[in-house]
Amino acid sequence: MKREIPLIITSIAGIVFAVSYFIPHYPFGKAENIFGDWISIVSAFAIWLGMLNLGEVSLRKIIRKTEGWQLGVIVLVSMLVMLIIGFSSVFNAISSGTSHMAPGTGLKWMYDYTFSPLSATMFSMLAFFVASASYRAFRARSLEATLLLVTAFFVMVGRVPLLDPIVNALGITDFPFFSAVADWIMTYPNSAGQRAIMIGIALGITSSSLRIILGIERSHVGGDA
Amino acid sequence: MSRLSRLSISRKTFLTSLLSLLVFAAYSAPLLAQDSDISVTDSTSAELEGAPAAPTNVLAVDHKYDIGEAVDVSWDLSFDDTAGMRNVAGYIIYRSVAGSAEFDSIGAVFSLTSSFADIGLTRGETYQYSVSSYTLSGQVSEPIVSAEVTTEREWFDWDEVWVFILLVLIGGSVMYFIYHARKGKQMFLRKIAGLQAVEEAIGRATEMGRPILFIPGIHDMDDVQTIAGMTILAKVAKQVAEYESRIFVPTRASLAMTAARETVREAYMTAGRVDAYRADDIYYVTDEQFGYVAAVNGIMTRDKPATCFYLGAFFAESLILAETGNSIGAIQIAGTAQPAQLPFFVAACDYTLIGEELFAASAYLSGEAKQLGSLKGQDVGKVIAMAAVLIGAVLATLGSEEGMNIETFRGAFHGIWSVFGGGQ
Repeated sequence: MKREIPLIITSIAGIVFAVSYFIPHYPFGKAENIFGDWISIVSAFAIWLGMLNLGEVSLRKIIRKTEGWQLGVIVLVSMLVMLIIGFSSVFNAISSGTSHMAPGTGLKWMYDYTFSPLSATMFSMLAFFVASASYRAFRARSLEATLLLVTAFFVMVGRVPLLDPIVNALGITDFPFFSAVADWIMTYPNSAGQRAIMIGIALGITSSSLRIILGIERSHVGGDA
Repeated sequence: MSRLSRLSISRKTFLTSLLSLLVFAAYSAPLLAQDSDISVTDSTSAELEGAPAAPTNVLAVDHKYDIGEAVDVSWDLSFDDTAGMRNVAGYIIYRSVAGSAEFDSIGAVFSLTSSFADIGLTRGETYQYSVSSYTLSGQVSEPIVSAEVTTEREWFDWDEVWVFILLVLIGGSVMYFIYHARKGKQMFLRKIAGLQAVEEAIGRATEMGRPILFIPGIHDMDDVQTIAGMTILAKVAKQVAEYESRIFVPTRASLAMTAARETVREAYMTAGRVDAYRADDIYYVTDEQFGYVAAVNGIMTRDKPATCFYLGAFFAESLILAETGNSIGAIQIAGTAQPAQLPFFVAACDYTLIGEELFAASAYLSGEAKQLGSLKGQDVGKVIAMAAVLIGAVLATLGSEEGMNIETFRGAFHGIWSVFGGGQ
């Protein structure tokens, strides 16, 4: 029964959602709204579930003094500090009638001066990784890689307005060659490729959903691995 | 000091609100007078004196594909709204139940608006609508009355009938092939390199004595990509259990963590190695996207997994994760249905499951006839899509103004020729 009940719920929910697309009103439209509310409620409680799990795993690591237990201390301290500051900001906001994220509140300060810079730092690393990945991808080791290199060259110089002025300086002013080639590559071959992938994905999702609704695919609820 | 400043803000807010209320009252007073029940036939000459031109062509139609509780009212804008005096502030909509001469005001809309949806009606009831234009100074035009309309219930949204037909065709073919596969019919499936490498990748990690890292995307369980990732996790975890290796599954969503724990535990049970299952290796990290990336990168650099799986929904973090995995020398298998992230995975990973291959992976790895049959059913959808693309391209070419025009080809050829210096 432990496997069957989630499968039955999944099947009913899947059928209701599929039917509500074609009958978007009572009773299916309403059932869709009810399921949507359930998802919101479950997700709200799931945040606590996740937080408790993080605390439990970190605490166990510290108690057992496993490798890297110091990181567990940092996680717990950070979590506690953020919780205290967050709750105090919310209580102050309620008593004063202002927003908990108003300028000057502790939560806003933590958000602006710790959370945002840390996120931005991680995101900015992407620039360096793009460079290293491009270096490997664009090495002309095979016919496909050479085609990729040539295409990438035209798209890059077409997107960066560097070579068009040079072409213009040579007297060719009526035809922005590199920009036009880059636009053509992006509009036709690139769009065609992307759409082909999208069609395949849509078919894959349809087939996968049918397998889940019919209960043929059940490994996500821990069965028939 | 802060209290004083709060007081001054409150006073300012109070004065602004008071002023807004006064302005609103001045403008809406003439309209509020119209809120009481009025009779269209009782419009006095005083009301019409200096009144703007009335809207025209007032239409009331039953709202399509609902349970019969709404009517859509539309009209052509008053002449004084678009040209003329340009003094129309909006339109007032009135409703009457069939058989009654009394029209009740049911709402108003701003100028340059030509439609109104009346909802919450009774199914099967007949209604009639009228619309007047009005000015800010309170003059109201004569109401223009629509024809009668009866609300009806329509179950099916006929705008989506083509989607329904396609769904029936594709769903039907999937069911057909599942049925035949169950009967024992052999299905041919092309080889997917990324999936064939799964066993080899797990074996490599076992030989090296290093763990395996599995990332089921960064979305929650309400994304079908995460579910696809979980189904592959079940197969991977079973092999990991059989090989007596170790798998780490850090998740970004707490529900995904619960599902992953259950999936891995069941896989270990199926492999008969439930004693080797470690719940602590499957854990929640954080909902914050880049916080999660930082944590996973940390795991990679500290634990140096020999194999990394990235199977699910990925966004900006895809390349950061895959490049870090590449830097530690891990064999990497990725798959996502995010077309924008696929080039990053192709560049940084050893194998990439492109789009539909992610959803086919579970069936492919299971080798079950009924699951493989569903993949065959997908192919029917591909044939339909290819035929539609081909027919659409031909029709668009023939239907365009420049289609099949020899001058178009001549012009294009001349353009290319001149670019390469021809004709000089």
